[in-house]
Amino acid sequence: MKKLLNNKNTRSNLVIYLVVTVFFLVMQGMNMGGMLTSSWKGFLVPICVYISLAVSLNLLVGICGELSLGHAGFMGIGAFAGIVVAALLQDAVALEPLRLFIAMIVGGVLAGAAGFLIGIPVLRLRGDYLAIVTLAFGEILKNIVGNLYVGLDAEGVHVSATSAKFTLLEGGKMILDGPVGATGIKKLATFPMGFVLVLITLFVVLNLVNSKEGRAIKAVRDNRIAAESVGINVTAFRMKAFVVSAFLAGMAGALFGLNYSSMAASKFNFNTSINILVFVVLGGMGNILGSVISATVLYVLPEALRSLEDYRMILYAVVLILVMLFTWSPRVKEFVSVVTDKISGIFKKKEVETNG
Amino acid sequence: MADYPRKVIQVPTYNLFREQDAGKQPVLDVRNLGIDFGGLTAVDSFNITLGPTEISGLIGPNGAGKTTIFNLLTGVYQPTRGSVLVNGIDIKGMPVHKVNKLGIARTFQNIRLFSEMTALDNVKVGMHNEIRCSFLASLLRLPSYYRAEAAANMKAMELLDFMGLADVADQKAGSLPYGVQRRLEIVRALATNPSVILLDEPAAGMNPSETTELMHQIRRIRDTFHIAIFLIEHDMNLVMNVCEAIAVVNYGKIIAKGTPEEIRSNPAVIEAYLGKEDND
Amino acid sequence: MQILQYLINGISIGAVYAIIALGYTMVYGIAKMLNFAHGDIIMVGAYISFCVTNYLGLPAFVSVIAAMAVCTLLGILIEKLAYMPLRGTPSLAVLITAIGVSYFLQNGAQLIWGSAPKNFASIVPLKPVFLAGGELVITGEVIVTILASVLIMVGLTLFTTKTKIGKAMRAVSEDRAAAQLMGISVNNTISMTFAIGSALAAIAGVLLCSTVPTLQPTTGAMPGIRAFTAAVFGGIGSIPGAMLGGILLGIIETFSKAFISTQFSDAIVFSVLIIILLVKPAGLLGKQIQEKV
Repeated sequence: MKKLLNNKNTRSNLVIYLVVTVFFLVMQGMNMGGMLTSSWKGFLVPICVYISLAVSLNLLVGICGELSLGHAGFMGIGAFAGIVVAALLQDAVALEPLRLFIAMIVGGVLAGAAGFLIGIPVLRLRGDYLAIVTLAFGEILKNIVGNLYVGLDAEGVHVSATSAKFTLLEGGKMILDGPVGATGIKKLATFPMGFVLVLITLFVVLNLVNSKEGRAIKAVRDNRIAAESVGINVTAFRMKAFVVSAFLAGMAGALFGLNYSSMAASKFNFNTSINILVFVVLGGMGNILGSVISATVLYVLPEALRSLEDYRMILYAVVLILVMLFTWSPRVKEFVSVVTDKISGIFKKKEVETNG
Repeated sequence: MADYPRKVIQVPTYNLFREQDAGKQPVLDVRNLGIDFGGLTAVDSFNITLGPTEISGLIGPNGAGKTTIFNLLTGVYQPTRGSVLVNGIDIKGMPVHKVNKLGIARTFQNIRLFSEMTALDNVKVGMHNEIRCSFLASLLRLPSYYRAEAAANMKAMELLDFMGLADVADQKAGSLPYGVQRRLEIVRALATNPSVILLDEPAAGMNPSETTELMHQIRRIRDTFHIAIFLIEHDMNLVMNVCEAIAVVNYGKIIAKGTPEEIRSNPAVIEAYLGKEDND
Repeated sequence: MQILQYLINGISIGAVYAIIALGYTMVYGIAKMLNFAHGDIIMVGAYISFCVTNYLGLPAFVSVIAAMAVCTLLGILIEKLAYMPLRGTPSLAVLITAIGVSYFLQNGAQLIWGSAPKNFASIVPLKPVFLAGGELVITGEVIVTILASVLIMVGLTLFTTKTKIGKAMRAVSEDRAAAQLMGISVNNTISMTFAIGSALAAIAGVLLCSTVPTLQPTTGAMPGIRAFTAAVFGGIGSIPGAMLGGILLGIIETFSKAFISTQFSDAIVFSVLIIILLVKPAGLLGKQIQEKV
């Protein structure tokens, strides 16, 4: 055990689990104690969902080094699969958390399967081309999901595309209604389940990263040709990362879908994909704790700025640009260091003067 | 490993250079190899056999096609003509990672380390196919994961120590000095448990004392692991001292083959390197 | 006849995509970055043109010039303030900054002009042409759009092959370091590229809104993405490629809406893109570059 704790990776992983658990306990405590406003209560599940989306995308972008612009597509598959499964199991599984969990697993598996199917053609491409194709697939998935009609009545399940080609019997219910999306969803999502989702995501991603699979994935990122030359099947490992990432996004999507009473496919568009990517990049590529923190802060930030009304999104844009300039630009960094040197120089001089 | 048709070609006898290799199947058997790039012949009629414990050199002027030959031998390029047999198996049509599994490993002229990873992890990536631990076992952190990782760590450290790199095990590969990076690439290649290792200009950028050290290490690799070594090098001192056989290429073709002594006095080689003497 | 009508409409919308795609392709070819804010420059151009005609009462022609001038300045300003400091950093950092700029432009436009859509009156004074006894209608917008796109492509091709600045651009796109050693100012060349790309975006914005007359802060976003796919489709970095990609995309979009399914037109367009990229990974007219080992 002691040897285990001496391992640098194990230690930093424990820190991540600890931060997440403390956050959960504090928020849950405040929630139970009635200290949260209703809007803050509403943030809890989405925060968990976005943490999990950011961490799973970080596996792809930060650790595998593949830019994906279609993460919201997998989230959407998970969301609608989750909604349908939860509706179908309404009577069969009475225990709500169990029904939710089954919905999340099904959402994850379907998203993972979609990831695999998409991965076969997509992973032949690299770099910006991979990015554009993931963007295209994200839009295709959104487009398909947004044109599905699923109804449930005494006769069973009815499914059709482009328009509702079935009429439901009395007492029947539309689960998905094309572009309108799902309405009348029974909200199953809970903050503790969100916490479980985050734990599962962290467990999968962290354990994957610190294993031979993770090393192979990082090797492919650092130098594809060298990775091949030491016997690593590059395509297989990119695929593994892609499918795992899609699976986790699907689980998160299912929880997200079951957190609202209605959900339209347009939610899972390019902008959502981009937002998740922003969480990853600002949190630090490959930095899992960074993703957790930035997803939390950046999700809450625009919401917290709501009092500024029209100015909040423009402020968000400015913050985003400035953060990128200050963290990346060599010139801005140099300028900052010159300024701080000067300021500290002034203080030092004063110190010398007062000392002398 | 059964998804590729394997044609094991039995060849009666081999006149391999080293006495102890005589009559054995060569680790590398290259026959009539050639590649064209858009009508331009880069390599042509390249023939070579390498005994199981032989150190051979490939020399030639810049642009003679040496690295192209290495790329053909490791499956990076598919040849237009001819065949490459690694341990008797034709690599035709195989992806690079499968060719490596047949027992051929390499280093690169322009160093290709996994620069964001530690030296130790670089070596452990090299051991990837050696580490026996399933995806599920690493995901669930089963005991077999810890066993496999501990064993891998131990072996990787041994290999690093063998090349005198144990001290830098925890440093990022990209931050290491040039000469150290070259040696780390060799360790990573060794970690794949090859039967032949190709070194592309291993001494490039090294100072004379580092080069001397490298010569000893190359011999030590052969003597310890009993593997064949095939190297491209411009440092003639290293080539003449370490290699037991040398092939000289120019314009993609072999112009001479033989022992260092034979090569040194071969007029075609002198001409390729120094140009033809004028008769005026 | 019906098919011909769809074809003409497809080419027309494709011509708009092509003009936007030309801007994308030039910036990508020379600055090696995906400028996601390009689509929003289109929107700004359309708003400027709208303001000049509606509030100042000036003729349409002046409004186009004004839109081009403002967008050119905006393009250079964005490049200098947001992108230039990040030169040489990982492409992802630049991409996120471009996304920030895109948000900034959209929300800035919303602050200035509000989120309610404006009714954009077409700037094209031409009357529609009726052919084949009125069965085939070619609107003035269609004629102007197609003409403009052809003129722009020819102009750009001449510019990049015949002029000194144009040659400098090609040199920078080919090998930035070598171009610098030849005395070419990389910064000026990149600024120039942004200037041209943004001026083109202004034209595209005016033409787009003349055809589809609603203007709001998000107007540029979807055509921007479409045009970007068009640029990739044709082979990013290639001028004729952007043209071809744009027109093909427009035709595919119109035909799939007309004959297959309106709802799935997005899916069809993007599926075609994916298929093309799989068959020709560098796009229709792009150059395939192999990594040297």
